[in-house]
Amino acid sequence: MPENPTGSSARAGDVVLMVGTLKGAFLFTSDASRKKWTSDGPHFPGEEVYALAMDQRGTTPTLWAAPGSAFWGVTLRRSDDLGATWSSREERAVKFPEESGLSLKRVWQIRPGPADEPDIMYLGVEPTCLFESRDGGASWAPVEGFLKHQHREFWTPGQGGLCMHTIVPHPEVRDRMLVAFSTGGVYTTTDGGASWAPRNVGVRAEFLPDKHPEFGQCVHKVVSHPDRPDRLFLQNHWGLYRSDDWADTWQDIANGVPSDFGFAMAMHPTDSDTVYIVPLESDTFRCVPEAKLRVYRTRDAGASWQPLTKGLPQAGAYETVLRDALDTDQSSPAGVYFGTRSGKVYASADDGNSWSLVHEGLPPVVCVKAAVVA
Amino acid sequence: MSVTLVVPGPLRDLTGGRSTVGLEVDHVTVGQAFEALRAELPALYDRIFTEQRELRPHINVFVDAADIRWSGGLDTPIDGSSEVVILPSVSGG
Repeated sequence: MPENPTGSSARAGDVVLMVGTLKGAFLFTSDASRKKWTSDGPHFPGEEVYALAMDQRGTTPTLWAAPGSAFWGVTLRRSDDLGATWSSREERAVKFPEESGLSLKRVWQIRPGPADEPDIMYLGVEPTCLFESRDGGASWAPVEGFLKHQHREFWTPGQGGLCMHTIVPHPEVRDRMLVAFSTGGVYTTTDGGASWAPRNVGVRAEFLPDKHPEFGQCVHKVVSHPDRPDRLFLQNHWGLYRSDDWADTWQDIANGVPSDFGFAMAMHPTDSDTVYIVPLESDTFRCVPEAKLRVYRTRDAGASWQPLTKGLPQAGAYETVLRDALDTDQSSPAGVYFGTRSGKVYASADDGNSWSLVHEGLPPVVCVKAAVVA
Repeated sequence: MSVTLVVPGPLRDLTGGRSTVGLEVDHVTVGQAFEALRAELPALYDRIFTEQRELRPHINVFVDAADIRWSGGLDTPIDGSSEVVILPSVSGG
C-alpha cells in the first residue's frame, strides 16, 4: 500500500495544486515562486477523484474532495488541516431522494458559494443535478427546480456520463446562476434555483440532425470573471464561444485555433480578456493536434488566440487534457496548471509564457485545482 | 434470530474496526437482513446499496459460500446459522 500522505505543508502565500486522478488525489505545494514543488499523496488510493476544491471563506483553508470507489460509491470528504486528515465517510452524505429514481454516480464539481455566505456550497453531480448545502457542507439536498426539470427525460449522457461539470454563480446577483452539463447544455436561473431555462442560442450540436436545438448541446466548460459579470466563455464539443449577455446569446470566437474541439478552459485571475484552452484534434481523435502539446491563450476576449509552447513537448505528444484539468491561481503573474490523461502535470508561473513539468507518472489526471493560501 | 454479516476490510471504518456485525432479524431473507443493517448502520448500508436500494454493481454477496446471484438474489433465504459475506468483485482497472 502507498505511504500514508501527511497533507500539504503550505503556509500563507504558498500555492497548493490539487490534482485528482483515476486512482487518488495528490497535493503539490510550492512557495510563491512556484519553481519547486513537494508532492503528497495519494489520498484515497484506488478511488477516482473528479472534484477537488479549497474553500478559503473561513479562518483557515478547507479542502474538499469527492472520491469515488468502483465498489463502494462516492463520498464527500473535508479536511481542515490541508489533507493531513479527512472527515469520515459516515458524514456529509450526498444522496438523491429515493422517490427520484436516481442514484449518485459521481461528483464532478465542488463549488463554494458567495464570499459573504460561507455556509453556502454547491455540488455538480452525475446523473446531472445541482446539490446545495446551507450549513457549510454538513448536509446536502438536490435543488428541486433542477431535479424535477421538465427536460430531464430528454437529457442524455455523453462519453463521460450525464454530468454537471460547471457551476457559475453570478458574481453580483445572488439569485442568478449558470450550470452546464453534457449533454443538455447551458441552463440559467434568475430565481435562486426555483426555475431553470436553457441558454444555448448560437451554440451548435454537431452530433444532432438539428445543429442548433434549444437544448441538448454537449458543453464542456464555461468560465467567467468577476470584473465582467455578464461575460462568459464556453468550450463546446466542437465550438468556442463568448457571451456578453449572461448566456442569452453566444458568438463564435474560434479565431486562429487549430481545432475548436476541446474540453478544458480556464480564466485568467485578474484579466477578464484572457482565457486559456487546450484544443484537441477531434471528437474521434481526442489528442492535441499534430502531437504538439500547446495551450492556447487569448488576451483579447477571443478575437485571436496564440499558442503557448515554451517548455512543452512539440513532437510525439499524444496528450489529452480533460475538462477540469486546467486551472489558474490568483497570483500575479498568474500561475497556470494542467494535467494530462498520461499522468503529467505542468505548471507555468508567468501567465503561460513558459512551462515546466511538476510531476509525471501519475494515474490519468481528471482534475487540477490551484489555490494561493490566504 | 441473529445473522452474522461479514464485513470486508475496506468497510471496517464504518463498523469501528469490527469484521462482523450481528443483526437481529425477524425475517428470513438476505434482503431483510440488509434492511436491518440499514436501520442499525445506515452509513455502511449506503456503501453497499444505492439510493434505489439496489446492490452496487461491483459487490458480491454470499450466504455462507453461495453467491446469492444464483440462489434468489436478495430473496435468498437465511437462517440463524447463516453468515452473509460481502466482498468486492473481480473488476476494475
